[in-house]
Amino acid sequence: MNLPGSGILKGMAVTAVNFIGSFFDRAHAKRLITEQYPEERPILVETSRSFPFLVFDGDPEKGIRCTACKICEKECPPQCISIVKAKDANGKPILRPQIFDIDISVCMGCQICVEVCPFESIRMDNIYEVSAYDRFGTLVLHKDQLLKSNEYYRQIHPTEAAQTDARIEAVRVKKAAAKAASAKAAAAKAAAAQAAQTQPEPAA
Amino acid sequence: MSFHPHTSSFNGVQGAGALDVSLGPQHPSTHGVFRMNVRMEGETITKLQPVFGYLHRNHEKIAEANSWLGSMPYTDRLDYICPITNNWAYARAVEQLAGIEVPERAEYIRVIVGELTRLQNHTVFLGFILADMGAWGSALMYAFREREKILDLFEWLTGARMMVNYMRFGGVRCDLPVGWLEKARAYVETYPAFLDEMERLLTGNEILLARLQGVGILSGERAINGGLSGPVLRASGVDYDIRKVDAYGVYPRLSFRIPRGTVGDCYDRFMIRLLEARESIRILQQAFAQIPAGPTLNPAVKQRGFKPPAGEAYGRIEGPKGELGFHLISQGGEKPYRYHVRPPSLINLTLLEEMCLGTKIADVMVILGSIDIVLGEVDR
Ligand code: SF4
Ligand code: SF4
Repeated sequence: MNLPGSGILKGMAVTAVNFIGSFFDRAHAKRLITEQYPEERPILVETSRSFPFLVFDGDPEKGIRCTACKICEKECPPQCISIVKAKDANGKPILRPQIFDIDISVCMGCQICVEVCPFESIRMDNIYEVSAYDRFGTLVLHKDQLLKSNEYYRQIHPTEAAQTDARIEAVRVKKAAAKAASAKAAAAKAAAAQAAQTQPEPAA
Repeated sequence: MSFHPHTSSFNGVQGAGALDVSLGPQHPSTHGVFRMNVRMEGETITKLQPVFGYLHRNHEKIAEANSWLGSMPYTDRLDYICPITNNWAYARAVEQLAGIEVPERAEYIRVIVGELTRLQNHTVFLGFILADMGAWGSALMYAFREREKILDLFEWLTGARMMVNYMRFGGVRCDLPVGWLEKARAYVETYPAFLDEMERLLTGNEILLARLQGVGILSGERAINGGLSGPVLRASGVDYDIRKVDAYGVYPRLSFRIPRGTVGDCYDRFMIRLLEARESIRILQQAFAQIPAGPTLNPAVKQRGFKPPAGEAYGRIEGPKGELGFHLISQGGEKPYRYHVRPPSLINLTLLEEMCLGTKIADVMVILGSIDIVLGEVDR
């Protein structure tokens, strides 16, 4: 039989070891130490995600990848994306968003929009300091706030960005090859037609 | 207008000396916004009525208005201590509904993240129940320290500590990052030492024994009648674990034991978590050794615009808190016709009054803590 109170003493020994040990475990191998937040910034893991942003290549107006297909708008579970297609001078809709708003006070950072986008144009950001006094004025992000360059994307998610770039490159190469092939086929066809025309008429 | 201090939430005549107290919904030890109307004679409980619904967010109806895939991130928010197992249960229900195969590697990943979830759930349980007893401090902080390390692993894998949105129909969203498995394995190797430390800190402590032993006894028979599941049921001596009963995933290939209690009191419910955590470590070690290479997502399944055939399915898993099931009815469309969650916390709460009758008011918190509820799942 144990001495009465020995269980409590044993427990207190554990507490003491943890307390004293915390002064010697400088490498934080076992004990986690509170991060001194505004002075000390957390080092985010690469996969870390918060809110979506729109990727552009080169120029933010011309290089915008989004085609305003509205798939993300439809699939977003809390319905916080709002898109209006742009129109050209003649009023014909073009493949670019006029308005692209994300209400990040509703967005839950699920990245479903990223997964469903067929044009690799929406990706997850890792910003976290977004508190504001004005919900509609500042927490509804508009297109110009959402647009960020592909270089930025490569910086925050290097592995994922490399995979995306490779996919885009593969599509481009395939398209170029298809174009070259079709051009070659067209040329061959034209040549054949010409050959048929220039063929001497059989002598009468 | 006059203020009636004696207005009771019960429609009964008050006896002499009876006192009605509304515990919660904001008392920190009530595990979230849970409220109990308690009637006491002196300090002894004579009636207890749980009041649910303060955290109701219409989860089931929202799911019926959303696409099949769109409900996946919402399931993270059911039992927010263990989001990954919620994902798993939903994915499993949909897989049963549509007859989807899951690649082997994905099944192993599911077991690994699921058991890590169980590990951290049981760890914070140990901390919380101590906080319920008034020991708000060391035990909870140690538990949260270890949980934080597991959440770091989850963040590395899924991008978020808690709202993981990780499983997909027919697999998982992304493969394990390079180096993740080694880190997780090394971390799990340190876990038994932490559990030993926790046991030295807690299990022999005389105050803890006095507060837990013989309190809130529940017989196995009553537990079965009440439909209870998970550690609460097994603490009452019933051998029922869905990992063994249904043998889903790759669990049949892993050897582990099902701990059981003998008395069914709070102490058994406390100890069973420690024992289950040790079994989880065994499962994890085997899974780390066995995990094969291969695809992690069934390529035949279209996640966007997913349309399962018309039909009905009930998919369940052994979550850390008990049987977590999803009952789905499909009419072949893009949305579920009916989406119902069977949360273990809610069903386990139904016998709370029975466990509490005749005990003292201070024990109610401990009994509630020993059931291990999360309100996100109770109220949905
Ligand atoms: S991350 Fe999720 S909630 Fe946010 S915009 Fe994308 S789909 Fe919507
Ligand atoms: S972000 Fe992608 S899915 Fe959304 S409208 Fe643009 S192209 Fe379509």
